[in-house]
Amino acid sequence: MKTKKDIKVPQDEAASTGSEETNQKLLRGVQGGGFLEKSPPGRRRQEKKLSRRDFLKTAGGAAGMVLLAQCGSKEAREEFLQRNFRSLSKEEIEQVIKRLEAEYLKKYGKKFTVSAKGPIDGTLFAYALDISRCIGCRRCVYGCVEENNLSRDPQTHWIQVLEMEDEKGIDFVHSNLYYEHDEVPHEGHFYLPVACQQCKNPPCVKSCPVGATWMEPDGIVVVDYNWCIGCRCCMAACPYGARHFNWGKPNVPIEKMNTNTHFLGNRPRYKGVVEKCTFCIQRVREGLYPKCVEVCPTGSRKFGNLLDPDSEISYILKNKRVLILKEDLNTQPKFFYFFGN
Amino acid sequence: MKRFKIKLMILVLGVILVVGVLFSPLLVFPGDRDPGSGEETKAAGNQQENIQVPPPPFSEDIFPCSECHAEQEPNPRRRELEMHEDIVLKHAEQNRWCLDCHDAENRDMLHMADGELVDFKESYRLCGQCHGPKLRDWRAGIHGRRTGSWSGQKRYLLCAHCHDPHSPKFKKLKPEPPPVKPGRIRQ
Repeated sequence: MKTKKDIKVPQDEAASTGSEETNQKLLRGVQGGGFLEKSPPGRRRQEKKLSRRDFLKTAGGAAGMVLLAQCGSKEAREEFLQRNFRSLSKEEIEQVIKRLEAEYLKKYGKKFTVSAKGPIDGTLFAYALDISRCIGCRRCVYGCVEENNLSRDPQTHWIQVLEMEDEKGIDFVHSNLYYEHDEVPHEGHFYLPVACQQCKNPPCVKSCPVGATWMEPDGIVVVDYNWCIGCRCCMAACPYGARHFNWGKPNVPIEKMNTNTHFLGNRPRYKGVVEKCTFCIQRVREGLYPKCVEVCPTGSRKFGNLLDPDSEISYILKNKRVLILKEDLNTQPKFFYFFGN
Repeated sequence: MKRFKIKLMILVLGVILVVGVLFSPLLVFPGDRDPGSGEETKAAGNQQENIQVPPPPFSEDIFPCSECHAEQEPNPRRRELEMHEDIVLKHAEQNRWCLDCHDAENRDMLHMADGELVDFKESYRLCGQCHGPKLRDWRAGIHGRRTGSWSGQKRYLLCAHCHDPHSPKFKKLKPEPPPVKPGRIRQ
């Protein structure tokens, strides 16, 4: 009874002593319209709507901040707020890399190096594959799996070796990815390994709605796994089936983890992001050959700098019969197939 | 005075003699070199070409050949071999027998068609006599397997590292397992 009386007192006072304006103010204050003190009473309905939106915005924002601040660690917050790799400054990149290395050490119990080494001046990488020599042994496929920390189960392969019939020629429709023989090459067949063609005019990059994939100055098309939203538009756009989605959590045995990684290449991926061949960016930017080049027992795989007139790749373009896949799509691959014989 | 002059002349002559003796090896003319040092010049030529190769892939305990062959009379006849039964010649065998490539005099060397001796480390020169375009591609780094650096020093393998010289066709391999079909991917 006492409290009721206490509340009532100022109202009575206002009614008795203040002007009409103050009276209304107080009334609105009591009814919950405190934000809109200066508005005339005729626009009240509309204002109420606006206030609701404003309220939700503020409250939602605040709740988000509180949740973000309370749930998860500082690292998780930093990861959540991390911007696109291309917009990061040098210092920010260093920070991100430090965070990732610490995260991997904690998660895998192994010291990882995550490089963010940029392109080497005067390089434009290209690849050439000798169709006349490839025997379809799939050594490259598994070399790539080990080098680039590809998920074992569910399985991801960046290189797909297609078996084709001599009589049909290059015919994707009748090619066989799942061939099993005791020995290869199988009579009457030839082999066409397909991975990312590192197009100069990449449809995957155009189709990405968030800019999570782009072509680096040295010609390598890369993905920012933190920025990718997993919409798979790039997979639909790629005419070579070279992009692969992590439907499940990528699963690599810890003892098989390659700890020499690159931010845009073979660092551990997340569930729900797209990944692809990067010409082993962690190797080629250090001057080494991609892994598939090194493991090919027939020496069918060639790699080099297109801008260097003395490189192996320039020699092939100058002296050999070269073809590119699906030329009519104007993707302009930097991956060439040639006949070494 | 006179005595002193004579002493000085003797001293000068002595010095000239000593210097002459010390530096005489440098005065040998290129034509005077003995034929045995030809190997060295070729090794230098190898370096000029900048071709670095790992040691040749000999079977175990088979080299140097002279260890057994030094005492044996070279037999150029085509015949069933009593040793080296593992060697099956499938390399234009109608036109070729051991001593067409292996040297009969110096058993630890090969020889070119013109009789020039070639070390096993440079056997690609011998192969290149018939396989010229392949040798050209190999030198450019196109034929054969590459390891190491795309920008730096090239590392080569000898022809014999991938092709058995006696039966050079590239051997068939067992392929790695095929990828899992999409329907069978779990998770």
